[in-house]
Amino acid sequence: MSLYAYRRSANSIATTLCWAAAIFGLAWLFLILLALVYEGVRGLSPAVFAEMTPPPGSAGGLLNAIAGSLVMTVIGVAIGTPLGMLAGTYMAEYGRYSKLTTVVRFINDILLSAPSIVVGLFVYTILVHPMGHFSAISGAVALALLVVPVVVRTTEDMLLLVPGSIREAASALGAPRSHVVGKVAYRAAKAGLITGVLLAVARVSGETAPLLFTALNNQFWSTDLAAPMASLPVVIFQFALSPYKDWQQLAWTGALLITIAVLALSIAARTLSAGRRKSK
Amino acid sequence: MFSIEPSRRSANGAGEEAGSKMSEIVLQQAASPSATADRSRALGRMALVDGIFREVTRAAAVIVLVILSGVILSLVHGSWPAMKAFGFGFLVSQSWNPVTENFGALPAIYGTIMTSLIAMLIAVPVGLGIAIFLTELCPYVFRRPIGTAIELLAGIPSIIYGIWGLFVLAPFLQTHVQPALIEAFGDIPVFSMLFAGPPYGIGMLTAGFILAIMVLPFIASISRDVFETVPPVLKEAATGVGCTTWEVTRYVVMPYTRVGVIGGVMLGLGRALGETMAVTFVIGNAHKISGSLLAPGTTISATIANEFTEAVGDLYTSALIELGLILFFITFIVLAIARYMLMRIEQKLA
Repeated sequence: MSLYAYRRSANSIATTLCWAAAIFGLAWLFLILLALVYEGVRGLSPAVFAEMTPPPGSAGGLLNAIAGSLVMTVIGVAIGTPLGMLAGTYMAEYGRYSKLTTVVRFINDILLSAPSIVVGLFVYTILVHPMGHFSAISGAVALALLVVPVVVRTTEDMLLLVPGSIREAASALGAPRSHVVGKVAYRAAKAGLITGVLLAVARVSGETAPLLFTALNNQFWSTDLAAPMASLPVVIFQFALSPYKDWQQLAWTGALLITIAVLALSIAARTLSAGRRKSK
Repeated sequence: MFSIEPSRRSANGAGEEAGSKMSEIVLQQAASPSATADRSRALGRMALVDGIFREVTRAAAVIVLVILSGVILSLVHGSWPAMKAFGFGFLVSQSWNPVTENFGALPAIYGTIMTSLIAMLIAVPVGLGIAIFLTELCPYVFRRPIGTAIELLAGIPSIIYGIWGLFVLAPFLQTHVQPALIEAFGDIPVFSMLFAGPPYGIGMLTAGFILAIMVLPFIASISRDVFETVPPVLKEAATGVGCTTWEVTRYVVMPYTRVGVIGGVMLGLGRALGETMAVTFVIGNAHKISGSLLAPGTTISATIANEFTEAVGDLYTSALIELGLILFFITFIVLAIARYMLMRIEQKLA
């Protein structure tokens, strides 16, 4: 075989393999979504949003789990967002070249992909164990700890994108530094900052592992932050592993709801940051 | 470039200077003493607010560090009883007996590493294939939609992959794939050991496969981003001297992006090692090391997720926390290497 023919065939083999890899990989991901929609839609009914999680063998919905997820996500984001934004602000505005920033950036990147179950263990040892019982508030704190790295990362990235000349202009007018940051840089980076929060919400709304032994679960409606609280992911986990058909059906429906919520949040975040990129 | 540290002072200084000049002008216009006092009070208040805001942001940055050290310290504290009771034997012991309170981490560590290894064996070639496809082969119209779809899939929570693995993938593997594997490799020496035993459906192989599907979007999208950093001139030059698409990829793109690709793969590995929910559903939770990939096993995170709330006794809880510490230690090292590598390719860009 001539060298030319050899190179041509090597090329076609390699490109065929890449095509095959792409089709193989995308097919699995597509199959998962297909199964999710197929199984989830069957159980979708108004009762899902109106009734509590049932005991095995009777009808019911996911209302307390949905409410619990919302409550804990809102509290978690409310705690994590200010902390993350302030830290990101320091890294981009005050200590851009300081040692502290380099270290925090590195640590933050590691926390960003650290196993979430370890965060659950951490919150268990600092909150649940001293309190003596599982509680919704410790679940919310665990979620907050997962929100922080996402928000820190996006805040820093987005503030770094704000042109320095805008800050210089504001400073030249005599604005104090806090005004330059709060009234100029934040406004210029607003879309990006909101994107970060949306991404953080998307990240924590499907988190199961850190809730397993912080918020635990609750069969009934509860708004008591000091008591265990149900959440959609934990209910899915419990119901899917049960032998009861109606519980498994509810688990599929819950999984579909989470996926829709997460995809909607990520698409919203993308649209926001895409608009920003165009306007730049 | 606008450099903050040096020019922050000068900008502030300039601001104060301008401020004082402005106050002089104001003084000339309305030379009442009360106006000057107001002005200096306002300036003083601004300086105070400024200082407070700066310190608050710095405190928030420090808190991020405190969180990490808090995680490590609390895990060490929580696992202290188990460390005292078992010492280094914990790492190599295979027993896991809550009744006699005798615990060892080896089966869980073995399961964690084995499932991640299976996941990487599948996800790395396929992920790189997708990345090459997206940057070199895919028709332009489809590049953005497919790339976006993959990034969106990377954000889907792991419990979704878990429930799918339990109800769809495991039964499928049990009835179709695993009997075929046992049949095909039954007579080949080494492989017959790997694929021995009955087809349970759940087990190490299934868990590894689910993990592979889960980390696939990560590896594909990071590799694609890294591949896109190659200057077009390099690729054009290679194509210009007659290289085929594959040769451009193999001898220009790959060497240029090696560090970044390894970083992306390590990031995927970090995810796979620490992944909990996708694995817990399909691993089988059996505390034993089995030569066969079809046998049930366990991983560190699955053990914690399954047993923590039911653990009675301080030593049992402590042993589980020590497992968490080991997991954190392993992923910390993998992620630190990944970040270091990705940082190097960013520096190359800048």
